[in-house]
Amino acid sequence: MTAVLWTLVGVPAVAGAVLASGGRRLSRAAPGVAVLVAAAVLALAVTAAARRPHVEVAFIARGSFGLVVDGLAGAVLVAVAAVTLLVLVFSVGDIAEGRARFFGLMLVFLAAVLLTVTAATLPALLIGWEIMGATSYALIAFDRHDDTRVSAGTTAFLTTRVGDVGLYLAAGATVAAGAGLGLDSLAELPSPWRHVAAAGVLAAAVGKAAQLPLSFWLSRAMLGPSPVSALLHSAAMVAMGGYLLLRLQPLLAATGWAATTTAWVGAGTAVLLGAVAVAQSDLKQLLAASTSAQLGFVFVAAATGGVAGGAAHLIGHAATKALLFLAAGAWLSSLGTRDLRALRGAGRRHRLVGATFTVAALGLAGVPPLALWATKDEIFAAAREFSLPLYVTCLAGAVLSAVYAGKAVGIVLGPLPRHPDAGYDTERVGSRRVSGGERAPLVVLAAGASVLGILALPPVGEVFRRFLDATPPGATATEMLLSGALAVASALMAGWLTFRLPAPAWARAWLGLGTAADRFVARPVLGLARLLARFDDRVLDRAVEAIAPGTLRLARAAARADDAGLDRAVEAIAPGTLRLARSAARADDAGLDRAVRAVAIGTRRLGDLARRPQTGQAHQYYAQAVVGLAAAILVLILVVR
Amino acid sequence: MLTMLVFAPAVTAVVILLWRAVPDRAVRWIWVVVSGAEVAAVAALWIGYDGGIGYEVNRPWIPGVRSGYHLGVDGLSLPLLALTTVIFGACAVYSLRHTDRPRRFAALFLALETTCLGLFSALDLIVFFVFFDLSIVGMYAVIAGWGHGAQAARSALKFFLYTFVGSLALLVGFIGLFLAAAPHTFDMVELTAQMPLAGQGAAGGLVLLAIAVGLAVKTPTFPFHTWLPPAHTDAPAAGSAVLAGVLLKMGTYGFVRIAMPMLPEAWRRHALVAVVVGVVSVLYGALVALAQTSFKRMVAYTSVNHMGYIVLAVGAAGLISGTDVEARSVAVTGAVTQMVSHGLITGALFLLAGVLFDRGGTYEMGAYGGLAADTPRFAALTTVAAFASLGLPAFSGFIAEFQIFTGSFGSAPVATGLAVPGIVLTAALLLWAVHRLFLGPSRHALTAAADLRAAETAAVAPLLALALVIGIFPRPLLDLIEPAARTAADLVAR
Repeated sequence: MTAVLWTLVGVPAVAGAVLASGGRRLSRAAPGVAVLVAAAVLALAVTAAARRPHVEVAFIARGSFGLVVDGLAGAVLVAVAAVTLLVLVFSVGDIAEGRARFFGLMLVFLAAVLLTVTAATLPALLIGWEIMGATSYALIAFDRHDDTRVSAGTTAFLTTRVGDVGLYLAAGATVAAGAGLGLDSLAELPSPWRHVAAAGVLAAAVGKAAQLPLSFWLSRAMLGPSPVSALLHSAAMVAMGGYLLLRLQPLLAATGWAATTTAWVGAGTAVLLGAVAVAQSDLKQLLAASTSAQLGFVFVAAATGGVAGGAAHLIGHAATKALLFLAAGAWLSSLGTRDLRALRGAGRRHRLVGATFTVAALGLAGVPPLALWATKDEIFAAAREFSLPLYVTCLAGAVLSAVYAGKAVGIVLGPLPRHPDAGYDTERVGSRRVSGGERAPLVVLAAGASVLGILALPPVGEVFRRFLDATPPGATATEMLLSGALAVASALMAGWLTFRLPAPAWARAWLGLGTAADRFVARPVLGLARLLARFDDRVLDRAVEAIAPGTLRLARAAARADDAGLDRAVEAIAPGTLRLARSAARADDAGLDRAVRAVAIGTRRLGDLARRPQTGQAHQYYAQAVVGLAAAILVLILVVR
Repeated sequence: MLTMLVFAPAVTAVVILLWRAVPDRAVRWIWVVVSGAEVAAVAALWIGYDGGIGYEVNRPWIPGVRSGYHLGVDGLSLPLLALTTVIFGACAVYSLRHTDRPRRFAALFLALETTCLGLFSALDLIVFFVFFDLSIVGMYAVIAGWGHGAQAARSALKFFLYTFVGSLALLVGFIGLFLAAAPHTFDMVELTAQMPLAGQGAAGGLVLLAIAVGLAVKTPTFPFHTWLPPAHTDAPAAGSAVLAGVLLKMGTYGFVRIAMPMLPEAWRRHALVAVVVGVVSVLYGALVALAQTSFKRMVAYTSVNHMGYIVLAVGAAGLISGTDVEARSVAVTGAVTQMVSHGLITGALFLLAGVLFDRGGTYEMGAYGGLAADTPRFAALTTVAAFASLGLPAFSGFIAEFQIFTGSFGSAPVATGLAVPGIVLTAALLLWAVHRLFLGPSRHALTAAADLRAAETAAVAPLLALALVIGIFPRPLLDLIEPAARTAADLVAR
């Protein structure tokens, strides 16, 4: 049974790596292989969702590599696999160059997503999570000759990696707390490690799901090919941010503040990015902003415990948004533009594209009975129990969804201008046709976007919730009717107003967050880097190098001292010694010799003197003895007294 | 067995220098074959290794100071021995087309391989020191003799003097250990068991200072790293690969082999210094690398960043209050894994930088652009190496850095929290480098003929393949490292 899990992740990974590294030789085979692999993955995903396998192998100390398919993972697995298959089928007709690289990267990306969805431990999660980011870089920058597209890929990778730092810290917190690296154990960590883990997970999710304040990367990512947006920015990468929080909902609940923060980040994104979407004049930009806003609802679901509603919304949104991006891509390759002004009446030109686009957009607006109507209301029910202001904010977000979706529908279904071709081909030269391979996935996705609402409605909703082991919903019929009516009214109004809707500059510019990140983060960091590089060269290195000439100078001074001082001193010893010798010789002649002679003469005189008393006459000896005695007595008297 | 492994390359070097009848072409192949045999020999040692000190040799050498010819391997040294043979093997293959005095070049590299293998298997401080200094002499000869650029002689001299002064500091520390031991000895196993200078605060600190400065110069950490960029920039590609891949590891290996286990008390007292130096090296190295315009200098500075993670981890392993030994041993495991990982990945990057210089005549990234279309193999391998270097999961760098971060977080949460954003900086600088070299519109004069040649691919691809294998199947390597890292974490907590 575990073989299902290994092949599920392993087959697309290996096939993708082979295709991506195969170069031009494999470009003919690539689309077929990729579609086949994606179909196999879908079959495996269904099997896995039914059988719920679980594997765990030793990986690093404290952290095994674990994969598990539970209800939530199973549902999302099937959705991801299905959308991937449809997007790849669409890509066969849409991607003309570098096909081996494109399909290879898409399969590696798919493997990374599958790994993320099934991960049961932090190492497994991080592997999927970061490879997803890296392949998204390569896919957004797919047209690698274009500097702006490459920069857009870099922005996406770096921004999401800023969030990923959080996952590393969360992993650090579990190890520091002495726990294993299982995702289940996060909610049970002791304080303060639990809070660190929650903050880290939240940061990672905010980055991937393009929530405030890291939403700006998604705008630039729209420069990537349309199929990439259809997969990465609907069902897979961005959605994984929401999925992670649904998966770790117990951790958010266990910390308290994290749940509140998540809820308000999500609701705030839903409103603000909803307003951004309304103001866009580029179809893909509108859809991108809408993706952030819709993921905001999933954040609210995770924060308020509405896991089933969140999962249903995630899946419904995947089908809906993938379709919208693919339709935008179909127009882009046919008409060569994604500018909404030029796309007026585009739905009439390609009727099937227009019809499916309309279905999905109305679903996005929350029009009953389409998918996102019911799933969204299930989330709102949980939000209402959490806090009333949150509920009201969410409703405002829902109205904005209806407005931007209605605007898009109003434009593409509007009357064709008199000279439509004048506005076309702003991005590239369009082919003016949409192939059958591109149309088929749209139909399937439209069906999905229509009926997936049953996941939140009885009786299927009950089954789905049981499948997810989730709590029952609280959305009342009144609420659902109210929200449906609100959506219809807002969408109708917006469809009529279209370009007359307000589009303030701050909303058009995605709240200026990208510019702010560039001005307040990227440039200062680069400036600091240049400053430190100069410091390294001019101060640190020069200081070390100064040691060399310094030593040399010291050596020269020593050499001089050697010559001038020591050597001269040594050399001075010779004449000095000579002088000393001469003066010694002089002293010898003049002094010592004379002294010796004087001593001899003196001694002789003393001898003469000593001889005088020795007369040989006894009386003289006697007189001498008396004098001597008297003197001795005198001395004795003097001393004793 | 171990002696043969260590000295076989040096003996080969002597033979090919003396036996002039062998043509240059054969010399190159002899070099490749001997390097391959060394890889096989280490693999055999690895398979036969069963814990503790393996393949030990201990003969008296200078009995007066109780210094012996003492060699042996364990879970810390065996991975580095394997890394050494792999890097030298890659250099041998890479140099198959080398035409500038190939006989002496091969002999020099073979001799250098002996010094590296000898150092990593040394269990005596004098033996360690001798190999340490001989490696400096060998690398000096490589840079001075085969370096390119007008500054090569100067860079070589700078490298020599700087690291030689570092080795003198190391020697002072070794003598300090010798004098403090009772009975006096240079034997590393005995010194580890004895823990000389335990309980003698200032003296232990001073000896540790001398040893740490010596190792920090070699590693190199901030602020002792300024010899590294010029040495790399002017060294030939194979020289850079060996310098970054193997020689830098002598410094970090010294921390886990000598500084931590022999001076545990002093290490614990000053561990915070290592943590701070590590974090500064991580961020400083990444930021300075970000500002470089030369590809090779940039890679050189990323080495400062990557070595900083190791210093952070060994520092955190010394902060023992309030953390469990298991977490700290994860940090040490990560540090040793990082040594191997950095060797493989940066070795590959430097060989690729050599290709860049060979074809384009400059390392300046501004001179290239859009190479991916014309030299797809070169672009693909360099991009893979760049992603591996930025710590992308599925490559060895992730296994290393993940363990360093998670293992260090409990002991040093703030420092680790500051170091982790380093991965964003390395991602930024490597992606930017890939962009400037390979992506965007074509801005260079190279043709498809400039793509990787067979020998170059055969040298680089195995390094990256190994990094990938370690990244996906880390268990065989970690099974080897973990017990030794646990021992090291236990030793430092004594």
